[in-house]
Amino acid sequence: MDFDLTVEQKLLQESARDFLARECPRERVREFEETGEAYPPELWRKMAGLGWMGLIIPEEYGGSGGSFLDLTVLFEVMGFNICPGPLFSTVVLGALPVLAAGSEAQKKAILPAIARGERLMTMALAEPDSDGDASSIMAGATPAGDGFRLNGIKLFVPYGEHADSILWVGRTGHGENAGDGITVFVVKNGVPGIEKTGLKTLVRDRQCELLFKDVRVPKDSVLGKSDLGWPVVENTLEKASVVLCAEMIGGAQAVLEMSLRYARERVQFNHPIGSFQAIQHYLADMWMDIHGSRYLLYKAAWKISEGMEAGMEAAMAKARIGEAFRRVTLQGHQIFGGIGFTKEHDMHLYHKRSMTGDLQLGHGDVHRERVAVRLGL
Amino acid sequence: MRFDFTDEEKAFREEVEDFARTELPPDWDEKALYWPAGYGTFPGIEASFKDMYDELLRKLGRKGWLSLGWPKECGGMNSMTRHVILDDVMSYHRAPGGDVSTAIAAPTLALIASDEMKKEWLPRIAAGELRFWLGYSEPNAGSDLASIKTRADDDGDAFVLNGQKIWSSGAHIADYGWVLAKTDMNAPRYRGETLMLVDNRTPGITIRPIINICGIHSFNEVFFDDVRVPKKNVVGQINQGFYCVMLALQYERLFVGMGAFRRVLEELVRYVKETKRQGMTLGKDPLIRNKLAAMAIEIETLYGFYWRTAWMMDRGQAPEPEASALKLFGTELSRRLAGTAMEILGPCGQLERGSKWAPLRGLINLGYMDSISGAIGAGTSEVQRGIIATRGLGMPRK
Repeated sequence: MDFDLTVEQKLLQESARDFLARECPRERVREFEETGEAYPPELWRKMAGLGWMGLIIPEEYGGSGGSFLDLTVLFEVMGFNICPGPLFSTVVLGALPVLAAGSEAQKKAILPAIARGERLMTMALAEPDSDGDASSIMAGATPAGDGFRLNGIKLFVPYGEHADSILWVGRTGHGENAGDGITVFVVKNGVPGIEKTGLKTLVRDRQCELLFKDVRVPKDSVLGKSDLGWPVVENTLEKASVVLCAEMIGGAQAVLEMSLRYARERVQFNHPIGSFQAIQHYLADMWMDIHGSRYLLYKAAWKISEGMEAGMEAAMAKARIGEAFRRVTLQGHQIFGGIGFTKEHDMHLYHKRSMTGDLQLGHGDVHRERVAVRLGL
Repeated sequence: MRFDFTDEEKAFREEVEDFARTELPPDWDEKALYWPAGYGTFPGIEASFKDMYDELLRKLGRKGWLSLGWPKECGGMNSMTRHVILDDVMSYHRAPGGDVSTAIAAPTLALIASDEMKKEWLPRIAAGELRFWLGYSEPNAGSDLASIKTRADDDGDAFVLNGQKIWSSGAHIADYGWVLAKTDMNAPRYRGETLMLVDNRTPGITIRPIINICGIHSFNEVFFDDVRVPKKNVVGQINQGFYCVMLALQYERLFVGMGAFRRVLEELVRYVKETKRQGMTLGKDPLIRNKLAAMAIEIETLYGFYWRTAWMMDRGQAPEPEASALKLFGTELSRRLAGTAMEILGPCGQLERGSKWAPLRGLINLGYMDSISGAIGAGTSEVQRGIIATRGLGMPRK
């Protein structure tokens, strides 16, 4: 057993913390939420300069060849600072599946550009009747000439308005299993037939609706093999839920640290409220919830990093951490009292993300069912 | 990071598994009543199967497995990780992997006792020959341990003990008490107590059973009436006993019966797959699936605290607040698991051991009662939360 990060990972963690504390303070996060700008471009350029987009991309494609565990460490810091931007959609929903299933030509065309910070990516999966399971994917692709014609509505596509390419998941056929006949297409955003509508979400994180009407794509836009795209999607979702967990643990840690500071400073009945048992016990529970959950997160991340099967660990982490973040935030609110319920205070930034984080990529019940299957039930 | 064991550690786990399979009686599963992180049954079971327990501990001792976590110079392997691997396997079988003497007292002695004392006690403890009971709580000193009244008066080469201890698990089947007593009645709090080993055979000791909520005799009241304790039995320094106890408590917090958690989960999974209600297999019911998955996740979370605490100890770090979180999370999970298990059993959960229709040999029914104890003994949940908040998170004391 080794619960420690490597020296390099600690360095990455520290430098990311310093950088984001300087370049992405919470005022910046608020500004971004309120202005409606696509993403903070100068921050994005600086992050590219630090090599964050290329962290997990192999050196031969212009990245630094880091591990999934490295990426997890980085995203925990991102979550601590609730740093906005398309890093998640570009790297996790874009680079990882291309890396896993792309042809050599696709990798060469896409990955170095991502690593340089010059290409934004996303994945279009969910639909009005589905939050991302294979059986309910209705958007369809039909052969047309030398390629395909894509039709259908996709929802909750992160940065769907701004991404340069979209990994579009559609049905090309049917088979014995729900996942049979699913194909992933690399679609250049901006080709004719794509209608984009931004969704007004709780944290203004630039999710959107994409309506495809007879969008024509060439044959070589298929990622991996036609009809056999579902394992690519599943694999991406598993990794994405672990990265999302890292962000949520980072966010929960930030709430704990804010609450600890406030409990020391706030005086009532002539004593700092942190000296009261009721408050101390909340804080102890928050710490325990985060600390216990972090083990599930890093065990899943480590297994993925080692190329081991991690379905059980990823499901356990996502089921627990979404709910833990919500619990921690609510306890934090109880410590902050009235001021935490205001727009001027930072708590709402975290409180909202605790809920949306739980809802995205399957909430607790969804992942507990996955655990149940793996228990042999 | 690495969340896996070394090849040697894995081989060791196999060896312990083999040991448990060959050394435990074939019908042990029928007899064993232990509920994870419960404190109310094991001394009672031990009393019922005393010969088997004595023999088993001596066999563990011969293999050097009662001293795995002790320092090398004290005859140990200096590996708390191996200690918890053994404990995980043995508790899975609801069998003892050690005792108060081997896992709480001995590692404390190794750190603070004189060389003479170590020589006198550690080899016998390592051999599985001695059983201890913990003499901390008193009728008016529970969470506030510093307010104990039992006094040890200086009388030449001995202390003379007068007073009373309570909740003393297994005192009726043990050899020595690990007793905290006041040696300086005028000292400030925490500075006037001394820890000492008290021979159960000394004249003036009266042990009276307390039958617990499970109907089992595990706890005792112990009365001291002019009991002479030789000064060579003092553990650590005179008047430093409170700090010795704090150290011992860190080891005690590893006693969560980790393996028994996963054992109960396995049994419940099997039960719901084999049981039909209203024409449907229970295991197909989404509510049941969700409940069991939730338990599996919490048990895995507890494993995190468990392995981490041992890992920190192996690196010479004091696992504070980690050990408190392990104890707190484990004992509260013990209650949740019992409650969930009872809900799954439904009306049959009411049936006690020995009833014809009692599922899982009535274990859950008993466990539901026993699970009350964990979150109270060895520092209540509230005490643990206080430790985490003040010592771990730096919250001010009033």
